This record gives sequence, C-alpha cells and structure tokens, in this order.
Amino acid sequence: MTLLYTEVEEELRASVRDLLADRCGSDAVLRRVESASPYDMDLWKTLSREIGVAGLLVPEEYGGAGASAREVAVVLEELGRAVAPVPFLTSSVLATSALIGTGDELLGRLAAGEVTVALAVSFAASPYRPAGSVTVRDGVLSGQVRAVAGADVADVLLVPAGGGLYAVDTADATVEAVASLDLTRPIATVTLSSAPGREIAGADVRRALVTGAGLLASEQLGVAEWCLGTTLAYIKERHQFARPVGSFQAIKHRMADLWLDVVRARAAARNAADLLAAVPHIATDAAGAAAAEAGELAAAVAKSWCSEVALRVAEEAVQLHGGIGMTWEHPVHLYLKRAKSTEIALGTPGAHRDALAVLADLPAPA
Amino acid sequence: MKGMSVALDEETIRERAVAFLAGHDPGDRLEFLRARFDAGLAWVHFPEGLGGLGAPRELQNVVERELAGTPQLDTGVQGIGLGMAAPTILTFGTEEQRGRFLRPLWTGEEIWCQLFSEPGAGSDLATLGTRAVRDGDEWVVDGQKVWTSGAHHSRWAILVARTDPDLPKHRGLTYFVCDMHAPGVEVRPLRQITGEAEFNEVFLTGVRLDDSLRLGEVGDGWRVAQTTLMNERVAIGGAPVRRGGGMVGVVAETWRSRPELRTHDLHQRLLRLWVEAEVTRLAGARLREQLSAGQPGPEGSGMKLSFASLNQALSGLDVELRGEEGLGYDDWTFRRSDSVDFFGRGPGYRYLRAKGNSIEGGTSEILRNIVAERVLGLPSEPRVDKDVPWKDLPR
Ligand SMILES: Cc1cc2nc3c(=O)[nH]c(=O)nc-3n(C[C@H](O)[C@H](O)[C@H](O)COP(=O)(O)OP(=O)(O)OC[C@H]3O[C@@H](n4cnc5c(N)ncnc54)[C@H](O)[C@@H]3O)c2cc1C
Repeated sequence: MTLLYTEVEEELRASVRDLLADRCGSDAVLRRVESASPYDMDLWKTLSREIGVAGLLVPEEYGGAGASAREVAVVLEELGRAVAPVPFLTSSVLATSALIGTGDELLGRLAAGEVTVALAVSFAASPYRPAGSVTVRDGVLSGQVRAVAGADVADVLLVPAGGGLYAVDTADATVEAVASLDLTRPIATVTLSSAPGREIAGADVRRALVTGAGLLASEQLGVAEWCLGTTLAYIKERHQFARPVGSFQAIKHRMADLWLDVVRARAAARNAADLLAAVPHIATDAAGAAAAEAGELAAAVAKSWCSEVALRVAEEAVQLHGGIGMTWEHPVHLYLKRAKSTEIALGTPGAHRDALAVLADLPAPA
Repeated sequence: MKGMSVALDEETIRERAVAFLAGHDPGDRLEFLRARFDAGLAWVHFPEGLGGLGAPRELQNVVERELAGTPQLDTGVQGIGLGMAAPTILTFGTEEQRGRFLRPLWTGEEIWCQLFSEPGAGSDLATLGTRAVRDGDEWVVDGQKVWTSGAHHSRWAILVARTDPDLPKHRGLTYFVCDMHAPGVEVRPLRQITGEAEFNEVFLTGVRLDDSLRLGEVGDGWRVAQTTLMNERVAIGGAPVRRGGGMVGVVAETWRSRPELRTHDLHQRLLRLWVEAEVTRLAGARLREQLSAGQPGPEGSGMKLSFASLNQALSGLDVELRGEEGLGYDDWTFRRSDSVDFFGRGPGYRYLRAKGNSIEGGTSEILRNIVAERVLGLPSEPRVDKDVPWKDLPR
C-alpha cells in the first residue's frame, strides 16, 4: 500500500490531462453546458475507447483493464480539475461497481466503451440509506427516480427494485433532464411505466455507493486543486493598494490554511482509493469482510473531509477573485456548482460522519 | 572499511542489527547505547564514525524494528539535542566538534537546550540582542535568553548571539555551542500555566566561550540557525502512526468507557475531530513516504500547524466532555519537570500544555507566513527592517 502515486498512475494522469487540455478547456466547457447536449459525448468516446478509462474497473476476463480504484481515482482527479462533462463517475464507477462481482455481459460492453450505463438511484442517495421507490412485478418495473446523474446519456439503466437490480433499456424509460445546480453533470428524472427489466443476479448497489462516495473524494480533490491553483495565480497578479493582493497577510493566512486542507484531502482521497482497491470483488471470508470494512471507513473519512474542503476552496476562490469571480464568464462558478453538488452527492459530510459512529466505534448517545 | 561503498540495503542493515544484538548485553543501558552508536546503528543516515553508516534515512526503521526491545533514548529530554543540535552540528561542525559532541548527545549522557528566544526577540528571532564580543581565542557573552526548555538539566546549549551590531540584523549573528556549566550562566525556572516549570530564563553574564565552540563562520549565524529551525519544524512531532492513536485516542477512550457523558452536540464535534485527526495522520504518513522515497514535499512545513490546532481542539473537548471531572486538576505544584509527560497527566494539564503547541517552535501565525511565502510563493509584506543596521532599529 502507498499513499503516493505510482509511475503507471502518473502516466495515466498525463494522458488524461493532455486530452482534456486539448478538448476540454474552460471556454469549451462553458459553451457546452449551455448547449442542447451538456455532456460531451465525443470527448467521452475518446476517453473511454482510446484512453480506455471505461474499462479500468472491469476485470480482464470480461475484457477490461483489470485496474483498480487507485487508477480510477487518478482519472477522477483530472476530470474534477477540468470539471469535464463526461459520464465517467456515473457509468464507469457507480454502475460498473454495482456489476463487478456478477460477470454480467454488460461488463464487457462497458469496458469496450460500447455502452454507457447509469445506476438509477438519486445522486443524493448514500450508502447508509437504501434508495428505491421502484416496484417490480414479473420483471416489469414501475416508478420514478429523481435526480439521477448521467441518466440522459445512458444506454442502459440499472434500477434497484424489490431487493434486486434490473437492467432497463433507456429507450423503455422516460428520462427527463432537469435544470441542475451542477451544469457540468446535470441530473434527470427517470420514469418507468411498466418497463421490461432483466434481473442481474449478485449485483451490489451498496458496494457501488460506497465505492462511488470514496472515489468521488478524488474528483473533489481535483476541484479543490484547480480552485487553489487558479486563485493563487490570480492573487499574485492582481494589484490593489500598489501591491499584489496576495501579499496581504489576511489573505496569505487563508491561503495557507486552504493549502493544508488540500494536503490532507489528498492524503484522505489516496487512502480511500488504496483501501477500496484492496476490497475483493466478492468477499467470502473474514479477511474480505475486514477489507470491505476498512474500505468503507476510509471512504467515509475521505468523502466527509474532501466534500467540505472542495466547497471551502471553491467558495474562497469566488471571494478572492472579487467581482470577476461573480461573473458567468469566469469558470470558477462551474467549480463552485460542482463542489456544492458533490457535497450532497452519495452522502453528505454529516451522513458519512454519522456512519463513523459505528465504523470507528464512537457510539451516539442513547 | 571507510571509503569503500558497500551496498547498504535493507538486508545488510538488518543483519548488522541482528549481529550487534547478539554481541551486546542490553542489560547495561549506557554501555549498550554507546556500543550501538559505535556500530553505526544510532542514526544510519549519519556518516560512519558518527553513529551512522551513510545509509538512506528510511533504513533506520529496520534498525528500530530489530532493536525494539532494547534500551531506548529518552526523546522527551533529548528532543532538542537529537532534533535540532545534532543536524546543525553535523552540517556546520568541524571534525573535532562532531567527534566531541554527537556521541554523548545521542546516548543522552549530555542533554542540550536551545538559547534562541529573548525577551525582545521571539518570532523575530533575527532581532536578538545577546552580545558576543571577541577576546583573543575566546568570546565573552552577555545577555538574557528566555523560554529555554530543559536548561536546568542541560550540559550544552545551541546559542545565537550578536557579534556585529552595525550590520543589518540578519548579518551580524554568530552561532555557538554554549557551555551551560561555564561561570556566568544562571538558570532560573519560569512557572508555566500548567503549574510546573518546563522552561527557564537564562542569564548570561560575562560567559567566556572558547572559539572552538563556534559553529560556522563569524556572521553566518542566521544561516546556521535556519538549519536548526527547519529541522525543528519538519519534525512531525506528536504525529500518531496508528489510526485512532494519540490525543484522539484519549478522547475516544473516555467516550467509549463513559456512556453517561455523551450528548448529541459532543458527538457531532467528536466525529468531526476524529475525521480531522485521521486525515492529519494520513497526511503525516504520506509525508513520511515522500521523504523516504527521496522526494521531500513542502508538506512538512504545514504539519506542525495542523497538529497544534488539532491537539488543542481535542484536549479542550476532553476536558469539556468529562464534565464535573473537568473542573478538577491533577497537580499545580511548582516544580521542575524532567520531561513532558503529556499522556501520563490529567486532562486539564493536557489542555493547558497543548496551548504551547501553537507557540513553541514558531507560532502558528509565523508558520502560516512560511507556508504562504515558501510553499505557495506569495510575496512577503513590505519590510522596513531588512537593510537597516541592527543598532538603529526601533524597539
Ligand atoms: C512551551 C514553550 C517552550 C519553548 N521552548 C523554547 C526553547 O527551548 N528555546 C527557545 O529559544 N525558545 C523557546 N520557546 C519560545 C518560542 O520559540 C517563542 O515563544 C515563539 O517563537 C514566539 O515568540 P514570542 O513569545 O516572543 O512571541 P511574539 O513573537 O512576541 O508574538 C506575539 C504574537 O504575535 C504574533 N506575531 C508575531 N510576529 C508576527 C507576524 N509577522 N505576523 C503575524 N503575527 C505575528 C505571534 O504569532 C504571537 O501570536 C518556547 C515557547 C514555549 C511556549
């Protein structure tokens, strides 16, 4: 185990970063989010097929890269840094994790970048509160799920219903995009009216939510790093009172504190990725259960810490940019909106801290 | 053989430690430590002949593992010697000085203290006024130092004094080893908010130091002192290695064993601090990994800042949590302390002692300045004190 980045991880980072620098600059993202198709599916195709990020979590026997949460986390850092509007988290992390122990045929198609899948649970769901309002009868599903991220660009929806998980063709569902706080990862309402579903045996939604929450912390780290770096550059440049505003101690001390928060966010996110990578696909023995619990604890720590740090740095970034930070033209608002949305997504910081009452043996008052 | 480079890998070091243990009796503490120093197993990254093997620093862990059950150093009392004096002597000392001081420093036969701070010079250390005037082969030192931890049991001190008041403040300083047994050195205890006296004020009156006790060139004291201070701050002091260890472990233990003390508000705050303690521990672990991989990150400058605020918040919560018991205190007796027994004392002591964490070794405000300027590259505030002769500065 290591909290550092391996050479392979750094290479993966470099190729993702290069592609994003080329295709996903802030002007492009700003134009994109106001267009009819806010997700950039061309970029997604290149990412998933050419760089192969879609198959990172998929075991080799199903045509994937057989990589781990560690590599996924590095990709998420870069996607967060660019607020890239692609369905990597929703398809390649959340949906793929739910399928991982199943050997379902979708895994191979996910890895090849042939399908994009979304787990049809609210983005506000947490691993600690089982989601699901959809009912199932003889493989036919009905109900509505709100605030599903990545659903409007998915070919297949994975719908939890009646204790099982069902694959539903998006064509058989109604997916309605709604105006979203996070312009770069819009949410949608999924309505199922007697939609045919195919049950996937052995799928694990809870595991998907834990993995998703723990790895979302890495995306939040990327958001925080962009905000910190961009703000630093700005306050070194911007002069008032005949000095760079970054020379005033009131501002320097805030930046020092933010930097320390980000240093600790990096350690927490790396730790979560590392421990989630160590969780076996199907835990059958005591060692597997212990690894799963360690992963869960690390995810709760990382998600609660990184959520608050990403938000704090993004809010400070707006403040320290002054008037320009309040404009639509400057990209910082995209990061603020991403940070605020991910604070809620997959369990709020408070929900994850509450979970530590059990995980870290700090029981609540009777 | 000196000069011949044997590949010093983990296995070689382990074998040496095992062989050493087989040949020496840990029963005689001092003899054992002396022999360990002579075998190069004191600090393996130091040069041969000075307690080390010229090996990579991270291999020290291998030695520590093998010698875990043997006599250990008293890192409390020896802290300043090991953490600050030793690296400075190694970097700036002459052959003679290194040979004379390092061995008894490491074995603990000689304790060291730090004569830096003065009544008029704390955060702004470079403004200090203790004078050292040359007299033949000797220097005559006059002045007052303050907050000197452990001066009462120290044999030697690292001392910064002003040798040229006509130069700007950073340039007229020289660094010495001060003989704490020399005539004219007077140590008076200063009672702390905890009741005891861990630190002292030290009066230096006509103290004569041989020129052979000078560390580095005359006028180069500021640069030498930087080495000391960097080592002081990078020391990840107090960082628990284990999850849930250290101060957060103390509070968690109280919480678990005393259900009647629990309230919802305390629970929320405890969980929040537990998370902060955990991410801070992980950042320390990551920093250690970076250091041993030979990529020293700037993270080091910030760790002390995090530990200080965390220790203060946790020790404060510990007192509050205990309710009625928090109203008491274990011992206000004014006495000299031998060492900081942080976990051996009561919650009130810990709360009060932790207040020093954001002052000693550079205040948290100064550390934020350092992070902002050296790590983040932000410009310094306009300065009025840099190019003026020291003697003309307003004070
Ligand atoms: C428990 C303990 C043990 C110690 N042991 C030793 C020892 O062994 N040897 C030794 O030499 N010293 C020792 N010290 C002294 C310590 O290094 C100094 O107290 C410290 O550097 C601060 O100096 P000061 O007390 O003069 O405070 P000051 O420098 O006067 O500071 C007063 C306040 O002003 C703030 N401040 C000062 N300058 C700035 C600035 N530029 N920007 C923003 N804020 C500023 C400070 O942060 C502080 O809050 C010890 C201190 C403590 C508490």
